[in-house]
Amino acid sequence: MRFGIVSFPGSNCDTDAYHAVADALGEEAVMLWHKSHDLAGVDVVILPGGFAYGDYLRAGAIARFSPIMREVVAYAQRGGRVLAICNGFQIACEAGLLPGAFVRNVSQSFICEPVPLRVETTETAFTNAYARGQVVRIPIAHGEGRYVASPAELDALEDAERVVFRYVNAAGEPTADGNPNGAARNIAGIINAAGNVLGIMPHPERAVDATVGGVDGLALFESLVARVAA
Amino acid sequence: MSRYRVAVHIIPREGILDPQGHAVADALRTLGFPGVQDVRVGRHVVVETDADTAEAARTETRAMCERLLANPVIEDFEIASITRS
Repeated sequence: MRFGIVSFPGSNCDTDAYHAVADALGEEAVMLWHKSHDLAGVDVVILPGGFAYGDYLRAGAIARFSPIMREVVAYAQRGGRVLAICNGFQIACEAGLLPGAFVRNVSQSFICEPVPLRVETTETAFTNAYARGQVVRIPIAHGEGRYVASPAELDALEDAERVVFRYVNAAGEPTADGNPNGAARNIAGIINAAGNVLGIMPHPERAVDATVGGVDGLALFESLVARVAA
Repeated sequence: MSRYRVAVHIIPREGILDPQGHAVADALRTLGFPGVQDVRVGRHVVVETDADTAEAARTETRAMCERLLANPVIEDFEIASITRS
């Protein structure tokens, strides 16, 4: 199975994603340059974390005009799988692949730490290797990670079980004290209506090695392999 | 065709918590401006653009705001001024 990882100017988690796919998962990984128009026949596109185009104007606002994003949007519209992580999630929202937007953390601080997340649904191509309600520990690293959307949009996401990951406290409950950035309804990850584009603000690719950060992110990648193999 | 200088204000939407604005409001009150009720911190963008009329420059800048300069999920915008440059 071939994963394509987009490198924008300012991406800084593209090599982490490469490591997760090639070394931890043992699948093929190729880098996709932002100026390219060729997705190289990949099975999954990863939009990685970082500060694409310096996050000028707003996080993700300029990156969505990268040449490769035209191909990524068309690919997603054809049902191609896109895993959008952190800055990639911001880019996916700006590109209209996912609803909502991101604003500064309530604390006004950049936060870099492992946090507990609850897997809200396993009925997706990205989470079928987890257990429903499972609490996993995955690092966050963001200054603008507070997810916002209109109340109607949030209700629509909830009603369709499209909230995939939620920030929770130590007891596994989505409380205010378990919400590191003030995200609406503790949302850490959502999926599009067609089920082929996942946005996740925490970094599963940084949780694939027992010696550094644990392995709770690996099942996300394994889910994709299981789905494509099936 | 004339050149116009269009100034745009982009501010966080009502209902979106603006922690930066709150911090500035607190600082202003501490500084001795007790009447400060609320502060919202946004962006001021100045676009120089060629257009036939000021109205055309306004229409065009409005489209720029809708498509790139502001994100309607989180921000409101207003065209603050249009001057010939």
